[in-house]
Amino acid sequence: MKMKGSQALIKCLKEQGVKVIFGFPGGVLLDIYDELFRHEDILHVLVRHEQAAVHAADAYARVTGDVGVALVTSGPGATNTVTGIASAYCDSIPIVILTGQVPTKLIGNDAFQEVDIVGITRPCTKHNYLVKNIEDLIPTIREAFHIARTGRPGPVLVDLPKDVVAAMLNYPDPKVVKMRTYRPTYEPHPGQIEKACQAILKAKKPVIYAGGGVIASNSNLELTELAKKLSIPVTMTLMGLGGFPGTDPLSLGMLGMHGTYFANMAVAECDLLIAIGSRFDDRVTGRIDAFASNAKIIHIDIDPSSISKNVHVEIPIVADCKHALTSINAWFDRASEFNRDAEVHKHIPWLAQIAEWRALHPLGYVYDENIIKPQFVVQKLHELTEGNAIISTEVGQNQMWAAQFYHFNLPRAFLTSGGLGVMGYGLPAAIGAQIAAPGRTVIDIAGDGSIQMNIQELATARQYKCPVKIAILNNGYLGMVRQWQELFYHKQYSHTVLDVGPDFVALARAYGAVGLRATKPSEVEPVIKEALATDNTVIMDFVIAREEGVYPMVPAGNSTTEMLLA
Amino acid sequence: MKHTISVLLLNKPGVLSRVTGLFSGRGFNIESLSVAQTLEAEVSCLTLVTSGEDSIIEQITKQLHKLIDVIKVTDMNEIEHVEREMVLIRVKAEAHTRAEVLRVIDIFRGKVVDVSPKSYAVEVTGSTSKVQAVIDILRPIGIQEIVRTGTIAMVRAKKY
Repeated sequence: MKMKGSQALIKCLKEQGVKVIFGFPGGVLLDIYDELFRHEDILHVLVRHEQAAVHAADAYARVTGDVGVALVTSGPGATNTVTGIASAYCDSIPIVILTGQVPTKLIGNDAFQEVDIVGITRPCTKHNYLVKNIEDLIPTIREAFHIARTGRPGPVLVDLPKDVVAAMLNYPDPKVVKMRTYRPTYEPHPGQIEKACQAILKAKKPVIYAGGGVIASNSNLELTELAKKLSIPVTMTLMGLGGFPGTDPLSLGMLGMHGTYFANMAVAECDLLIAIGSRFDDRVTGRIDAFASNAKIIHIDIDPSSISKNVHVEIPIVADCKHALTSINAWFDRASEFNRDAEVHKHIPWLAQIAEWRALHPLGYVYDENIIKPQFVVQKLHELTEGNAIISTEVGQNQMWAAQFYHFNLPRAFLTSGGLGVMGYGLPAAIGAQIAAPGRTVIDIAGDGSIQMNIQELATARQYKCPVKIAILNNGYLGMVRQWQELFYHKQYSHTVLDVGPDFVALARAYGAVGLRATKPSEVEPVIKEALATDNTVIMDFVIAREEGVYPMVPAGNSTTEMLLA
Repeated sequence: MKHTISVLLLNKPGVLSRVTGLFSGRGFNIESLSVAQTLEAEVSCLTLVTSGEDSIIEQITKQLHKLIDVIKVTDMNEIEHVEREMVLIRVKAEAHTRAEVLRVIDIFRGKVVDVSPKSYAVEVTGSTSKVQAVIDILRPIGIQEIVRTGTIAMVRAKKY
């Protein structure tokens, strides 16, 4: 039976398990939206800016582990998605972006709202497509989902000309996607596993350095098993937070530029670094030649191009983290040379050394009873949500304080634009997360600068009854840049002072949300409690110590042991 | 160090810009590039010459392989192979140099492909160094124009 392209598209999305689409309509999408109107089993979330659609789809993917979907129109609709796509690409988040396109006969004619979005997004997608023939439509959509969710996940864009989705086709039978050129390696090489395990047995001062790959592959339990079995301390990247319980004694918290003193010292001094699903980003390594310079390095990653990209790796393991960790755990379970008690005993001096570093410079701040410290707000949020909230962040100081002081025990609960660092990510991400997990508490930890980059999404939150809580750490500055100016540019605060900002309480009310404000430390807890008890979108405006900085801090280009501690 | 890299890829629209975009985006350089269809209509072979330290070459091959449309990447430097490129040279050939040009071309086993009263266009095939050598020899006589293909390469067959 023949059906229209738009009808087949929706049918195919359902076949791929899509339940939610974040989108914004436009001229060339009319056929698709007309069809979508008939399908109550797909929730379409109408955002107020296409960038937000992609961030929301990204967060939806992070929380559920499924592929997030965004649907936008041609031209400006498509170009508005680029920041969101680039962010998802950096963070390896599986999303499919469907863009409308002008009719095929107009492509290349500089038609109204025409843009070469496939060309524009080529460097920031895992793959992208322009569908030129109706018979390619369904195979392409299936391939797009397959590529997005397998291997190292990532965004895939499909550009859909108006005439193609309006054409008629016979819906092809569902079949497993098999591609000639794309076969990611999931299983580790047994020889490499053997080498890695022998190296782990030899190590006296090992550290696990876990990244977003642990979350993407759902291998947090396997990682925890390995760390506990051998008593190996674990530090996490920004993207890896929640991959190992943050409150566990073996957790060193985050490493890198704003990592803990003890995590950075442990990595600098370790004799074996076990990198799992992490990519030796410059914010993690600092000066590259000083990074883990005494250590042999094992690196598990599903993407071979991540291995030995920045730092030479002695034992590479190309595999899905979950498969590799399962193999490693199994190796230790059967190895006669492995004695758990002896191994735990062997690491006691190393853990004692780390405990000494931890005691010397714990993660902390100076509490002030007259002025709200941002770290205090994050601590209170953690306490009052019992660590069970989903936290999204914007980018800058708010992001770092959230990462440092909200100790994540579970994966898929910390949503942040890690690689690209997108201001304006947090609010749409919170909406995507709330749609994915309606029963959970979702909090966007924001700054007064970055929240304004996608503030229009308050309307989306209200329309879809998302009771997301927005905690604005309001210092009237673009705080992180100001901090760099303070430290490295003689306190010349060039264009980082937000002299004029909105009254966030009134702004919340204007959108029909609830606005609360705290100006004293004693008001923090009541405000959070009231927000958590409110079944509506809430902005909490915390007026914080204006020039509070994020510490520790490794100045760019320094070794990670050269930290500014306050 | 120079490396010749051979890439088999699906012959799809935009695939060449995926390769060149990768090189420009990551700051790798391309010294020459040559691409055409293989025996299989939907597969192209792209040969490119690049240079860099071993770690850069490793990244280049890995990043190329990561492109979804790429079937196979071979660093020819690691295997026995033959390399060829071709050059077309328009060289001045007036009464007193016409014979000399022909002699040079003969030595390089080239041939004349276009003749005018004042010039020859000649074709020479060989390794990059041979092509460079013929250009250097003809230069004093007066080269008016050259067009070079990129290098193409093929793995040598096993001899036993």
